[in-house]
Amino acid sequence: MSARRANARRASEPLNLRAIEALVRKDLGVVVRTPAVLIPLAIVPAIIYVVLPIAMIIAARVGGPMIANELAELERLFAALPDALRTELEGMEPAARMVTLMLGYLIAPLYLIVPLMVASVVAADAFAGEKERGTLEALLHAPLRERDLFLGKLLAAWLPAVAIGVLGTALYAAIVTVAAWPLVGGPFLPAGVWIPLALWVGPAVALAGLGATVLISARVGTFQEAYQLGGVVVIPIVALVVAQAAGVVVLDVRLLTLVGAVLWLLDAVLLVVAFRGFSRERLTREL
Amino acid sequence: MRDSEPREPALRVRGLGKDYGGRPALVGLDLEVAHGEIVALLGHNGAGKTTTVRLLNGVLTPDRGEARVLGLDPWTQGTRLRARTGIATERPSLDPRLTARANLRLYAALYGVPRESEASRIDAVLDRFGLVERANDRVGSYSKGMMQRLALARCALHEPDLYFLDEPSAGLDPLAARELRSWIADLAAGQGRTVLICTHDLGEAQRLADRVAVLREGELAALGTPGELATRYGAARLEVEVPEAQADDARAALADHGFVLAGPSEGEEAVPPETSRLHVAAAGRDRAPDVARVLLDAGISLIRLDPADASLEDVYLAVYGGAP
Repeated sequence: MSARRANARRASEPLNLRAIEALVRKDLGVVVRTPAVLIPLAIVPAIIYVVLPIAMIIAARVGGPMIANELAELERLFAALPDALRTELEGMEPAARMVTLMLGYLIAPLYLIVPLMVASVVAADAFAGEKERGTLEALLHAPLRERDLFLGKLLAAWLPAVAIGVLGTALYAAIVTVAAWPLVGGPFLPAGVWIPLALWVGPAVALAGLGATVLISARVGTFQEAYQLGGVVVIPIVALVVAQAAGVVVLDVRLLTLVGAVLWLLDAVLLVVAFRGFSRERLTREL
Repeated sequence: MRDSEPREPALRVRGLGKDYGGRPALVGLDLEVAHGEIVALLGHNGAGKTTTVRLLNGVLTPDRGEARVLGLDPWTQGTRLRARTGIATERPSLDPRLTARANLRLYAALYGVPRESEASRIDAVLDRFGLVERANDRVGSYSKGMMQRLALARCALHEPDLYFLDEPSAGLDPLAARELRSWIADLAAGQGRTVLICTHDLGEAQRLADRVAVLREGELAALGTPGELATRYGAARLEVEVPEAQADDARAALADHGFVLAGPSEGEEAVPPETSRLHVAAAGRDRAPDVARVLLDAGISLIRLDPADASLEDVYLAVYGGAP
């Protein structure tokens, strides 16, 4: 049988779901037992989903009108907003306008950091960490296809990233709605931004971080190296935050749909490249 | 249903070769291993033992040659093959953050142990390797010997037909090592399993292996039963007993005349008080007069001079030119 035919036949074989599930359970199980992995996973979402919005709302309630009036940049951004959004915000008090603009729109891209970080941390532990601890060899000798091993590792990082991103966004929505109610007088988070952000762009961002970390993990020997180098993927998110703050772009459904589509395409390319590098032969030779 | 025909050997290798970066790690290996046979792979570090195991278990692909393992092609049917092999790698390769039971649960799933018998199989191997009381402790808290036992337990979890054991007794205390040898012997003799052991412990290989393969720089330098190899390599030895006070002079005199001294044989009798026993390697009965003359000429009081059974160490010394 030729190698090509053998590869084609193996690719069509069903997934080993039990093995994939076991790998996911194992990787998640060790994450919660490893402080170096767990601490960033707990602290960063807590800051972004809880501390930051509460701090901003308190600041707006205490000195909101003064801050808002002095922020010329905010006014410039306000002028650049789409007509419908500007009309919606125009009728608000300065403090309510600031809270709505900041928490509803301006820092929305910042929330993409959470799924990105979760995926990168878990992936660094699952791929580079496995090499570092010397636990990879037994996995490579197990009766698993490379595809199933790769998929198990991938899902172990991607599923918690998506779950924390979606649940965190829901928590964020609840907190800001309750905390800002006295200022704004009701729910104010724009669903057109936050729903695609949490359900369409966030999972794609997580997968992009994951793909990058897998590629990096193949070339480094430790969890820390993989995690630190993987941090570069946060740069586009920071750029998006800056672009919004500068009034260059304003997130809306159309832009988020487009950003998500581009990211999913990028994910597909990254994962194909990462999987090609995930060869039993190469990993064994590196042991 | 098994894939292999009843008469087909468990392992058949022809001209197997592997290079790393252009440097040959394994050169033209030919080997057949019958079902139920124990074969020991001996050799220095880097001689090609681990590469051989990795090739035969289908995790590395060869640059040359062919193999059938349990009737399967390791490189196109690797997944099916590995479901029927068990491996204890040189490093235990266990996650230190998980308990022993959690480590075993993972591999029970990966090796397809039926869900309904998973718990009982895990209990059985934990019991077999004396780890029941520490089964729910994190592996990171284990001693080296306990980790080694757990790695062996994982290897046996799915009751494979072929065992690859890479330095299985490393880190084990003498009692545990003896139990391990008993377990390995039972695998082959009692259960008909095939065992390929990579080891540096020549005594272990001598006691366990039906046949021994010595690898040197990636090439098969010797293959046969320990007895055959002893005959082939003329690897008999002479045991010499001299007064303890003259032992250093005796060693020096023998070395000056080109004799190579070896370590003690496995299980040999205790040395009488104030006496030293020297082992002259690669020296049969015909060299006994020469050894006696060298010692007497050097003024050594010769207490005893006897031919001894050849050991694997002698073979190993002969294969490696006296410098293991």
